[in-house]
Amino acid sequence: MTDPLAWLILLPLFWATGAFLLGPGRGARLAIAGVAVQLWLAFALAAKVGAGGTAPAGSAASMGTAIKHAIGGWGAPLGIDLAADGLTAVMLLLTQGVALPLLLFARGYFAGDSAAVRYFWPLTGFLLAGFNALFLAADLFNLYVTLELVGLAAVGMVAMSGTAAQIAAALRYLFATLIGSGMYLLGVALIYGAYGTVSIVTLTPLVNADAPTAVKIAGGLMLLGLMLKTALFPFHYWLPPAHGGAPAPVSALLSALVVKASFYLILRLWTGPFAPLADAVAWLPALLGSAAILWGSWQAIRAVRLKMLVAWSTVAQLGYLFLIFPLLGADGLALQAGGMQVVAHGLAKAAMFAAVGVLIHVTGRDAVADVAGAASRMPVTLFAFGLAGVTLMGLPPSGGFLAKWLLIEAALAQGQWWMVAVILSGGLLAAVYVFRVLRQAFLLVPNERRHRFAKSAPLLEWMAFALAAASVLVGLRGMEIVRLLGAVA
Amino acid sequence: MTINEWLPLAVIASSLVPGLVIFALPERRIRLRTGLNLFAALAKLALVAMLLAGVAAGEDYAFRYAVLPGIDLAFKADALALLFVSLSAVLWLFTTLYAIGYLEKAPHRSRFFGFFSLCVTATMGIAMAANLFTFFIFYELLTLATFPLVVHRGTAQAMRGGTIYLAYTLAGGALLLIGIVWLHSLLGQTEFVHGGVAAAAVPILGAEQAWQLQGIFLLLIAGVGVKAAIVPLHGWLPQAMVAPAPVSALLHAVAVVKAGAFGIVRIVYEVYGIEFAESLDLLTPLAIAAAVTIVWGSLRALFQDDLKKRLAFSTVSQVSYIILGVALFGPLGTVGGLVHLVHQGIMKITLFFCAGNYAETLGIHKVSEMNGAGRRMPWTTLAFSIGALGMMGAPLTAGAVSKAWLIDGANAANMDWAVWVLWTSSLLNAAYFLPILWRAWLKPLPAAWPDEHIPAHGWRETAWLLLIPPLVTAGAVLAAGIFSDSAWSPLAWAQLIAQREYLAVTP
Repeated sequence: MTDPLAWLILLPLFWATGAFLLGPGRGARLAIAGVAVQLWLAFALAAKVGAGGTAPAGSAASMGTAIKHAIGGWGAPLGIDLAADGLTAVMLLLTQGVALPLLLFARGYFAGDSAAVRYFWPLTGFLLAGFNALFLAADLFNLYVTLELVGLAAVGMVAMSGTAAQIAAALRYLFATLIGSGMYLLGVALIYGAYGTVSIVTLTPLVNADAPTAVKIAGGLMLLGLMLKTALFPFHYWLPPAHGGAPAPVSALLSALVVKASFYLILRLWTGPFAPLADAVAWLPALLGSAAILWGSWQAIRAVRLKMLVAWSTVAQLGYLFLIFPLLGADGLALQAGGMQVVAHGLAKAAMFAAVGVLIHVTGRDAVADVAGAASRMPVTLFAFGLAGVTLMGLPPSGGFLAKWLLIEAALAQGQWWMVAVILSGGLLAAVYVFRVLRQAFLLVPNERRHRFAKSAPLLEWMAFALAAASVLVGLRGMEIVRLLGAVA
Repeated sequence: MTINEWLPLAVIASSLVPGLVIFALPERRIRLRTGLNLFAALAKLALVAMLLAGVAAGEDYAFRYAVLPGIDLAFKADALALLFVSLSAVLWLFTTLYAIGYLEKAPHRSRFFGFFSLCVTATMGIAMAANLFTFFIFYELLTLATFPLVVHRGTAQAMRGGTIYLAYTLAGGALLLIGIVWLHSLLGQTEFVHGGVAAAAVPILGAEQAWQLQGIFLLLIAGVGVKAAIVPLHGWLPQAMVAPAPVSALLHAVAVVKAGAFGIVRIVYEVYGIEFAESLDLLTPLAIAAAVTIVWGSLRALFQDDLKKRLAFSTVSQVSYIILGVALFGPLGTVGGLVHLVHQGIMKITLFFCAGNYAETLGIHKVSEMNGAGRRMPWTTLAFSIGALGMMGAPLTAGAVSKAWLIDGANAANMDWAVWVLWTSSLLNAAYFLPILWRAWLKPLPAAWPDEHIPAHGWRETAWLLLIPPLVTAGAVLAAGIFSDSAWSPLAWAQLIAQREYLAVTP
C-alpha cells in the first residue's frame, strides 16, 4: 500500500471529491495538503527511479526496466499497468511542484469570489489525477482515457466563471480538444486492429518488425490529434483565447501543464513504438515549431492585453519543444533539451501568469500600457515577471538557458544552422515582449494618468516570485534533471 | 571546501548577498542601507587583498560546480582576474560613496543600490570566470542588471537609451552564445588555459578546422565587442548617457565596457592563445578594428557639446587602446593594454564624477556652459584637469605610462601605423579636452549658472560625498603615473600577468 504510483493518482481523486463536498473554504485546505503529500510522493518516486535504471528515457528498454505497478495485482495484458521511468518522474515532479504554489496562490486569488471558486478545487483535483495517471499509464488506451480526463477538466476550468467570452473560449477549446482526442482514439483503434494489443512495451517490437499502412495512418492521426491538443502552429488558434481569458491560476495551470501533457505523449510515442516510422517526417514538427516560435513571439509583441501577451508567448515557447524531433540522436542532447524546456517553461509560465494575475488584480486593468508605475508599487511581482522573462528569453543561469544551450549544441552537431538562427531569434523576440512590459513598469506615471491601485496581497506576490525563482534556479540543478532523464550513466 | 575554493565565492557573495538584502529593505531605512553598502564594499576589498597576496605568492584559487555533463560553472582567481577584480572593488567603494551623495532624497534608492550591487557581482563573475560558459552567465547578468540603472529616471528619454542599450547588448549576447556553443561542440570544453585551449586542441583537430576557428573568433569578438564598444558596435554607449552620473561612471570606468575589453583579453590569450591567434591571422584584423575605433571615437568626441556624450565618445576611443595592446603581438603591447585597463578606469571615473558634480551643483550639462566653472568649483575642476591630462598622456599621469608601453609594443611588433594611430589619438584628445579646461579655468564667470542646486560654503564647493571621490581617484591617476615602478603599482601587476601568459607560451 506504500507504492507511490497508485497513490499519486488516487490522492487527487480523493481530495477532489472531498473539496466538492466541503466547499471552497475547507476544500482549499484539503487540496493544498493533498498536493503537498503528492509532491513528497513524487520526490520519493524520483529518488527510486534515479537510484535504479539509467537507460535512455523513452526507449523501449527504459519502459522495460522502469518501476511498475499492476493495479489490483492484475498485470498486462488483462489488467492495467502503471510504469514510471526518468521522464515520468521529471513530469510528475514538475506537475506537483508547479501545482503546490499555484494552489496557494489560487486560495488567495479567489478569496471572496465564491461563484467561480466552487468548481475550481474539485476540477483541479481531477486535472491533477488526470496528469499523474497520464504520465504513469503504460498502454495506449489508458493514455486516451487520461488525456480525455485532463482535457475535460481543463475545459471546465476555462468555463468556470461563466462570462460570455469565457464560455465562447471554452467551447472553442472543447472542440479542439475533442477533435484531438478523437483522432487519437481512432489511431488507437487502428493499432488494436492491426496488432491486437495497446500495451506500449508489447507494441514496440511489433511495429519494429512490420508496420502495415493502417499503422502508418494510425500514427499520423495520433500525431495530428496530439499536435492539435498541444497547440502547435497552425493548430494554435484555440490557445490564446482560452489561456488569455481564464482566471490567472487557471491560465497558469493550463499554460504550464496541460499543453505539456499532450507533448509528453507525442514524445513517448515518437521515441517508443513509432520510432521506426518517425524519422521520415521528423522535419515536419521542427518546421511547424519554428513557425510557432516566430509567429507566437510576433503576436506577443503586438498583443494589447497583458494576458494575451503571455498566452501568445506560450504558443512560441511550445515551438521550441518541437525542434527537438529531427535532432533526437544517440547523444541524448535533444531529449535533455526537451525535458529541460518543459520544466523551465512550466515553472516560468506559471510564474508569469501568476504575476500578471496580481498586476491585473491590483491595477484593475489588463492592458500592457496600464502597468506604468507598477515597478515602485509591486517590486516583488515585477521581479517575478522579470525572472520568468529571463527563463523565457533563455538567458543564464535559468533552466531555459540550459535548454537553449543543449538545443543549439544538438543542432550544431547535426549541422542544422537554420535551427540555430530560429532559436536565437526566438530568444531576442522574447526579449522584445518581456521588456515591453518591464519598461512600461519603470516609466514614470504622469499625474493625470495615475489611477488608484488596489491593495496587493503579499502571499500572491511571493508565490509568483517563488515559481519564477525556481524557473531560474532549476538551471543550477541541471545535472539532477539530466541524470533523471536517464541520459547520463 | 578549502579556503582556496571559497575565497572566490566569497568575493562574489560579498556584493550579491548585500544586493539582495537591499532590494528587500524599505525605502526609508537609509542608515541601514548605507551601512550595508559600505560594509559590503569594505569586506570585498579585504577579501580581494587576501586574494592579491595569495596570487602574488603563487597560490591557486579555483572553484568548480557541474551544471550539465561536461559543462561546469567554474571560477578562478588568477593574476589577470585580480587585475579586473581589484579595479572594480576599489572603484565600487568610491562610486558607492559618490552615489550616496548623489542620490540623496531621490526616489527608488533601494532598487538603485540593489541593481548596483548586482552589477558589481556580475563584474566579479566576469573577471573570475574560468571558462566561457561561466563568462557568458555573468556577461548576460551584467546586461540585465544595468538596464534598470540606465532607465532609473523613468523618463521617455531614459527609456529610449535603455532600449537601445538592450538591443545592442542582447544581440551581442546572442552572437557570443553561438560562438561559445560552437566552440564547445568543437573542442568539448571552453576552459581558459594559459596558452589557449584551442591552441592545445589543434593537433587533434587538424588544419581543416582553421576556418571554423576563425568564424568562432569573429562571433566571440563581435559578441564581447558590443560591450567594449568597438566601432561599429558602439552606438549604445552615447545613448546610455541618460543614466545618473554614478551609473555612467560605473558603466564607463568599471563594469560594462571593461567587461567587453576583458573578454577580448581572455579570448585572445586563454581561449585561442596569442601565438595560435597570430598563426590564424586573427590579430591584425583585430588591431585594425581597434585602430579605427580609436580614431573614430576621438573624432566624434570633438563635435559633442554635451559633456557626458563627449566623455562617452572618448571612452569608445580609449577602451580600444586595451584591444590594440592585446592585438600587438608581443609582451610589451600586452603590458600596455592590460595596464590601460586599470589606468583608463581611474581616469575616466574621475572625469565622470566631475561631470556629475557640475550637473548636480550648477546644472552644467554642456561644454559651452562651462565658462568659469573652475573658479566656482576649483577642486572638482582640478580633478577633472588631472583626468583629462591623463587621457592625453601627459607626463606624470597614469595615461603617460600606458601610452609609453603601447608605443614600445607597437615598435617592437614593427607596426609603425599603430604608433601613428596612438599619436593621432593623443592630438585629438588634446583637441577635445583642452578647450574644456580653457573654458573652465580662463573664461570669466557667467552672470548666472544654468541651475544652481548646492550653494558654496567657503571652500566647500559642493557636497562632501560628491567632492571626495573624484579627488581620491584623481590622486590615484597621479600616483599610478609617478610610482609606476613600485612593486604594487598596476604596471607591476600587468608585467606579472604578461610574464605568466608569455612564459606559458614559450616554456
